[in-house]
Amino acid sequence: MTDEKARKVSAAAGPVQASPSSFASPRKPSPVEIAWEESTLKPALAKSPDRLADFTTVSNYPIRRMYTDADLAGWSPERDLGVPGQLPYTRGIHPAMYRERLWTMRQFAGFGSAEDTNRRFRYLLSQGQTGLSVAFDLPTLMGYDSDHPLSEGEVGKCGVAISSLADMEALFDQIPLADVTTSMTINSPAAPIWAMYLAVAEKQGADWRGISGTLQNDILKEYIAQKEYIYPPGPSLRMVTDTIEFGAEHTPKFNPISISGYHIREAGSTAIQELAFTLRDGIEYVENCLRRGLSIDDFAPRLSFFFNAHNDFFEEVGKYRAARRLWQSVMRERFGAKNPRSWALRFHTQTAGCSLTAQQPYNNVVRTAIQALAAVMGGTQSLHTNSLDEAWALPTESAATIALRTQQIIAYESGVTHTADPLGGSYFVETLTGEMERGARDYIAKIDALGGMVAAIEHGFPQREIADAAYRFQVAVDRREKIIVGVNDYVVEEKPIETLHINDSVARTQTDRLRKLRSERSNDEVARCLDSLRRAATGGENLMPHLFQTVKAYATLGEICDALRQPFGVYQEVAIT
Amino acid sequence: MPDKKIRVLIAKPGLDGHDRGAKVIARALRDAGMEVIYTGLRQTPEMIASAALQEDVDVIGLSILSGAHNTLCTRLMDLLRAQKMDDVTVLIGGIIPEQDIAELKKIGIAEVFLPGTTTQAIVDFIRQRVAHLSAASQPHRSAE
Repeated sequence: MTDEKARKVSAAAGPVQASPSSFASPRKPSPVEIAWEESTLKPALAKSPDRLADFTTVSNYPIRRMYTDADLAGWSPERDLGVPGQLPYTRGIHPAMYRERLWTMRQFAGFGSAEDTNRRFRYLLSQGQTGLSVAFDLPTLMGYDSDHPLSEGEVGKCGVAISSLADMEALFDQIPLADVTTSMTINSPAAPIWAMYLAVAEKQGADWRGISGTLQNDILKEYIAQKEYIYPPGPSLRMVTDTIEFGAEHTPKFNPISISGYHIREAGSTAIQELAFTLRDGIEYVENCLRRGLSIDDFAPRLSFFFNAHNDFFEEVGKYRAARRLWQSVMRERFGAKNPRSWALRFHTQTAGCSLTAQQPYNNVVRTAIQALAAVMGGTQSLHTNSLDEAWALPTESAATIALRTQQIIAYESGVTHTADPLGGSYFVETLTGEMERGARDYIAKIDALGGMVAAIEHGFPQREIADAAYRFQVAVDRREKIIVGVNDYVVEEKPIETLHINDSVARTQTDRLRKLRSERSNDEVARCLDSLRRAATGGENLMPHLFQTVKAYATLGEICDALRQPFGVYQEVAIT
Repeated sequence: MPDKKIRVLIAKPGLDGHDRGAKVIARALRDAGMEVIYTGLRQTPEMIASAALQEDVDVIGLSILSGAHNTLCTRLMDLLRAQKMDDVTVLIGGIIPEQDIAELKKIGIAEVFLPGTTTQAIVDFIRQRVAHLSAASQPHRSAE
C-alpha cells in the first residue's frame, strides 16, 4: 500500500486523540474546589504563573492541575477497584501480592557464543537473579545460521548465536531446566527454538509437565513494530497457534506466548497505543486458537503479557492497572472464559531502552530505578531493568549488576512491597487508569472495525499511529518542549565510558562448529526430517512434533526456517515513513 | 543548481528491524525540504550502493543499532569507491560505541550521530556539507 492510501485508511479509522474524558462528563467540581480556585489558586497564579502552558505525560497526554473526587464521579470502588486477587484485578492478580512472593528478577542477557552466555547466566544466578532470559543474536532471530552470508558482522552481536541443538545444549550446560524458569525472546523462529529447548530439557531428564518459562512468540508486534518477521501473517499465526496448542497439552507450566507491548512502545507509541495494540494482538491470538477448535479455558491461563516501563511514573502505573481491568473484561465478556486463571493478566516488564541516554550514562541508573518502581507499583510479575551503558553497547557485567541491584533495592529497602497496589484509591491514579482503559477500548473498537489486527496491519494503521507519535515526540524534544537531562538541557563535556566489545571470533567459532556438526550428524536423517516438516507445513497438522524430531536430528535453525520458507513464502512490508 | 533539492537515501543495512530512528530522520529531512528515499529494511551494502547510484543521491544516511556497523560500513564504502561515488556523504546514526567512531571516520564516514542528536543538527550538517561539496564544483555524477 502506498503511503497515501495508508493515510486515507488511517483517516477513515478516525483520528485517535487521547481524550481526557473522565468518569464524569462534564467534570463537576465541588464547592470546596470552586472556592479554592477563586480564593487561593487564582491569586497564587497571578503572583507566579505556571512554568508551562500545558503539562503532559511523556506520551503527550494532558494532566490536570489537581485530581479530586470530581474526576471519579461514577467510579465505584467495589466495581472498578475491588480487592487484590479478585475481579476486576485492578489491584493485582494475587491476594497477597509481594508479601507472599516478590516478582521474578529476570535480566535479559545474551552475547557471543553459547559458552559466553552460559557463563553470564551462571554469574547472574549466583548474584541472586531468579530467572533466565535469553537474548538471541539477529541471525538467530531471523532464522539464519551463523555461517549464512547475511549473518556477516551480526553473529553474537546483540545476543547469543544459536544455530542448532548443539548450541542450545552448550547454552544450558550445568543449568538444570527443571529448576530455573527461562524466558526466550524469539518470535518468527519461536517454534523451532522452543523445540530445541524442550529437547535439552528431555536430555537433562526434566519433566516437560514441570518445566516453566516463557516463549515470546508474538509475531503480530513484529509486523507492527520490531520488524523481525520471516513469513507472512497467515502461516506465522498458524505456528503461534501450534505452539499454544502443543503447550496446552504437554507443558502446562510454560507460557507459550508473551504478548508484547514493549517493542511497540520502543518504536515510539504512546502508553495508550502500547496498551491497546498489545491487548488487541492478544484478542487476535485468542481468535486464532478458537478457530483451531481449542476451548478458551484450556489455553487462556497460559497467555502472558510484556509491557514497557517508561519515565512517566503515574501514566505507567495507570497503564498496568488498566491492562488487568480491560483483559478480564475481554476474557469474560468477549470470549466467555469461566476459569479465573483465564481472566488474570500476568505480565513481565522491561524498563524503557528508548529512554536511556548516551549522554551522562550514570543518569540512566536513576531513570531505570523510577521506571522499575512504576512496574512494581503497577503489580508486575517479573522485571528486567536495563543497564546504564545500553545506549552505547550491550551491558558490561558491572553495569548489568547495578541493574539487578536496582531491583533488589526496590524489593528489600524501599518498602513499596509491603502492601498490595499502594497507589490504589488515589484520585489521580484511578482517573488515569480509567482514561488509559477508555483510550485503549477506543483503539480496539477501531481495529475491530478494520477487520481485526492482521487487516489493520495490512492497512498500515498501527504502524502509522506509532510513527506519528514517535515523530511528535522527537519534535517536542528538538524544540525543548520535553526536557531530557543531559541531552537537551544540563549538557556537559564528557569522557567515554568503558563498554562491552564483542569479538568477531564468535563468527569463526560458529562457522567451524557448524561445519563439524554437518559432517558428524546423519545427513540422511536430517533430510528425511526436513522433508516431513515441509510436507506437514503444506497441510494443516501441528508442526511442533515435526520440529521436535527435526531439531533432535541436529538440523540447523537455518535449514528448518528455509524448509518452511518454501511452503510459507516470505513477508515484505511496505515501509511507512 | 542552488535550488536543487538535496537528495538523501535513508537505509537500514543488516538484519535489524528497529526502524524508529530511520523513519523519524526520513520525515525530519523531508520536512526540511530534502528529497528522501527510504530503502526499507534489511538492505545489503550492495543494495544500498546500487540504490544510491540509481537515485543519484547526495547523502546516504545509515541507521544501525545492531553492532554490525564496522562490517557493514567497510563493505559499503568499498562499493561506493568502486562505483566512483566518493563524493556521496555517508552518515551513520544509531548505537555506536565511542571507540569505533574514529575507525568509521577513517574509512570515509562523514559523521556519526549518536542517540540524543537533534534532527536539526543533522539537517544543518547535511546542508553545510552538500553546499561545501557543490562549492568545490565537482561535476555531478550521472546515473548512467
